Amino acid sequence: MEGILHALFAPGFGHSEPVRTAVLAGAVVALVSGAVGVITVLRGQSFAGHALSALGTLGGSAAFLVGITPLWGFVTSGFIVAGAMELVGTQRRSGRDVATGLVLSTALGLSALFLYFETIVNSTTGVTITILFGSLFALNGITLPAMILLGIVCLVLLALLYRPLLLSSVSSELAAARGIPVRTLGVAFLMLLALSAALSSVTVGTILSSALLIGPAATALRLTKRPAVAMVLAGVIGMVSTWVGIVLAYDSYRWPPAGKGWPVSFCVVAVLFTVYLLTGLGSRLRTARVRQRRAGAPVTGQPLPTVRQG
Amino acid sequence: MIGDEMRRGDVLALEGVSVWRGGRQILDEVGFSLAPGEFTGLIGSNGAGKTTILRVVMGLLAPAEGTVLVNGRPLARRNRSVGYVPQKVLIDPDAPLRASDLVALGLDGEKVGPRTPSRQRRQRVEEMLDAVDATAFADARVGNLSGGELQRVLIAHALISRPQLLLMDEPLANLDIRSGQEIVDLLARIAEQQRIAVLLSAHDMNPLLPVMDRVVYVAGGRVAVGTTDDVVRTEVLSKLYGHQVNVLRVDGRVLVVSGSHVSLDAIPRQSGAPAADASVEGR
Amino acid sequence: MFADYMLNAWVVATIVAVVAPVVGFFVVLRGSAFVAHAVPEAAFAGAAGASLLGLNTIFGLGAFALGASLGIGMLGRRGRHDVVTALALVMLLGAGSLFLGWSTEYAPEIYSLLFGEVLGVSGNEIGLTALLGALCLGAIAVLYRPLLLTSVAPELAAARGIRNHRIDMAFLVVVALATTTAVPVVGALLMFSLMVGPAATARCLTDRPLHAVVLSVVIALLTAWASIAAAYQTNWPVGFFVTAFAFAGYLLAHGGRWIRNAYSRPQAPLAGESAA
Repeated sequence: MEGILHALFAPGFGHSEPVRTAVLAGAVVALVSGAVGVITVLRGQSFAGHALSALGTLGGSAAFLVGITPLWGFVTSGFIVAGAMELVGTQRRSGRDVATGLVLSTALGLSALFLYFETIVNSTTGVTITILFGSLFALNGITLPAMILLGIVCLVLLALLYRPLLLSSVSSELAAARGIPVRTLGVAFLMLLALSAALSSVTVGTILSSALLIGPAATALRLTKRPAVAMVLAGVIGMVSTWVGIVLAYDSYRWPPAGKGWPVSFCVVAVLFTVYLLTGLGSRLRTARVRQRRAGAPVTGQPLPTVRQG
Repeated sequence: MIGDEMRRGDVLALEGVSVWRGGRQILDEVGFSLAPGEFTGLIGSNGAGKTTILRVVMGLLAPAEGTVLVNGRPLARRNRSVGYVPQKVLIDPDAPLRASDLVALGLDGEKVGPRTPSRQRRQRVEEMLDAVDATAFADARVGNLSGGELQRVLIAHALISRPQLLLMDEPLANLDIRSGQEIVDLLARIAEQQRIAVLLSAHDMNPLLPVMDRVVYVAGGRVAVGTTDDVVRTEVLSKLYGHQVNVLRVDGRVLVVSGSHVSLDAIPRQSGAPAADASVEGR
Repeated sequence: MFADYMLNAWVVATIVAVVAPVVGFFVVLRGSAFVAHAVPEAAFAGAAGASLLGLNTIFGLGAFALGASLGIGMLGRRGRHDVVTALALVMLLGAGSLFLGWSTEYAPEIYSLLFGEVLGVSGNEIGLTALLGALCLGAIAVLYRPLLLTSVAPELAAARGIRNHRIDMAFLVVVALATTTAVPVVGALLMFSLMVGPAATARCLTDRPLHAVVLSVVIALLTAWASIAAAYQTNWPVGFFVTAFAFAGYLLAHGGRWIRNAYSRPQAPLAGESAA
């Protein structure tokens, strides 16, 4: 909260140190999240992505308790939780979501306990809100090099695993037939997801980091069908949205209701959501034009199942 | 095209049904009818329009032109006189649902409001399970059943509300030959005993030859209708496909091959010859 | 432990432990755990907004829960449910952070909406909770059969003339209603674990749908009661105990099933096709 106030009262947008850090950190996070997010959306693991960032709360609260930097708390807890999800989960998609939910709620319960200890020790509740919502403006320069390093690690891992990941998200049977260890790959991807979730958790807060993971990826996949292009596009969309969000947040202290700045997290998410809705509108208009030809209109609106036999 | 005039008491009658999708015509003036107790094969290769025909009959797809009459009345969406078994039903093995529960849902699964358990209901479910030889696995989880077992349960689910017409979408596609034959025999028995019209889609007609009363042959969105002997002939199918195809009958099996296929030159043509299998008879 | 001020906690926890698993049975059956997690969590933004405007938080909570459910249902019609759920969730949470940013004084109250504060429930909240809970149970009882069929086999439901999307929307409204029932008194976290945990446990233990519903209610009641007792003894947060007990139950049931399968496998005939 103090970080925001500090940023607001800095002399100018370009000269403000927190703003410059925020712009840089936002760019790193957006690029990594966009690339990882495309694979996440293709694999249908949005919930796992959200859970891993929300679970950063656990690591964050534990880190506060122990007294280390939240970033490392996020990373460690993310790894543990990703492993637990894979252990509990089944291969089926519905079972996987239930397992994710169970692990998520358990970990949140644990973090409630840690935060309780924290409030006993320090008698503050502001910590919860900072962990949940984070603030780009509240970053300090010390975490930035570590973040860039982690971001590069993420991207390199993703580039290495790109093809098997893509194949196994299309069909795990096909992947297994080619000798890809599907389960190990699944764990590896969850770890990767945890790493990128940890990165974004520090910037926009644990809960809102899902926005940078899913929003740009979902938008990009609406615009292009090619995964590699979508990954780059998602990174760019995320980066630009973050910057627009930062500018909006910086300007917002002049907006109603008087004198109080709008949180950066909200501004970024609002921009992302608007872009997503607009692309949806665009693609719907396009399909409507195609459909205007003579057609046997389906009653249900469901696509005709394609006849497929061996 | 071999026509098919309306007969009195028909369970199902399609006339001049056309369907377009994305500017492409899927069905072109399709017309045929089914009488009670009749076992009809809906035969055609992949993408010929079989599933589209079934969806039209179920009322899930409104045709751009033509009429569909079920029991002489226009089609309503909620039609209890049509039972349907989809091609692919994936049921989560984790779902706590027994085979008998799924069959019971066939009785009134679409109705809202609480139901009162009754001995009559339970008895009906048991009878139905017995009719499809599924009593042995009545208490097993639906998700854990084998392909053939699930097929039986789905048939029971469709038949328990006493429809007059049963639609089966490629029931044999995922079954081995023996299980497939058992399902076909079961359906033929049910059609005859309970006077239900069965319309079964398949890409291979051979497993159906012994039991099929009539065939609706689909190609390129058009159909030829009649008994197997009437329809599955070189002249008729060549006209339907719009190019030369040959019908071969070998050891009681029917093969439909494209006339331009090079490797067939070595095979003696028997088109137009009487059916080798005596059990393939007209009605 | 059963003093006057604790009585409310027992009553409210019992109500929630009956309603949540009944709704949760279908949540687990449909594999829509994400939606069940997102709606209560997103609804907190509504509470924050309502407290900003000086309204009763339950109105904001209800409005946002309903909005989130219907939005997910409508946007997710063509595309993927999980993507839309994630986006709706973050958008509403973002709005929540905006409201909180405008009025910092409500932070502790929001904390309790997320993590629950069942020990501090006031008497006049119980009536409303009971009413909304009964409404939820009624809706599930009415929708039971079509909901069951759409959840396990949507193709079969469509063939019977059930409009899957309508049932889907109706169910989402029920989730929103359950959220409004439970979140103000026990918090989003508790609500979610009582929805998913017991139902996921129960389906390992029985093959019958109705038995599974009843069993998950029993498990939820035991979990809730044991948690309150433990929280009273230790003074630790109730949320921690509920989630820990629910998870432990799930692991036990799964472990039990695994052992059972491992033992029964050698005797079973070679059922090669049973996986088909």
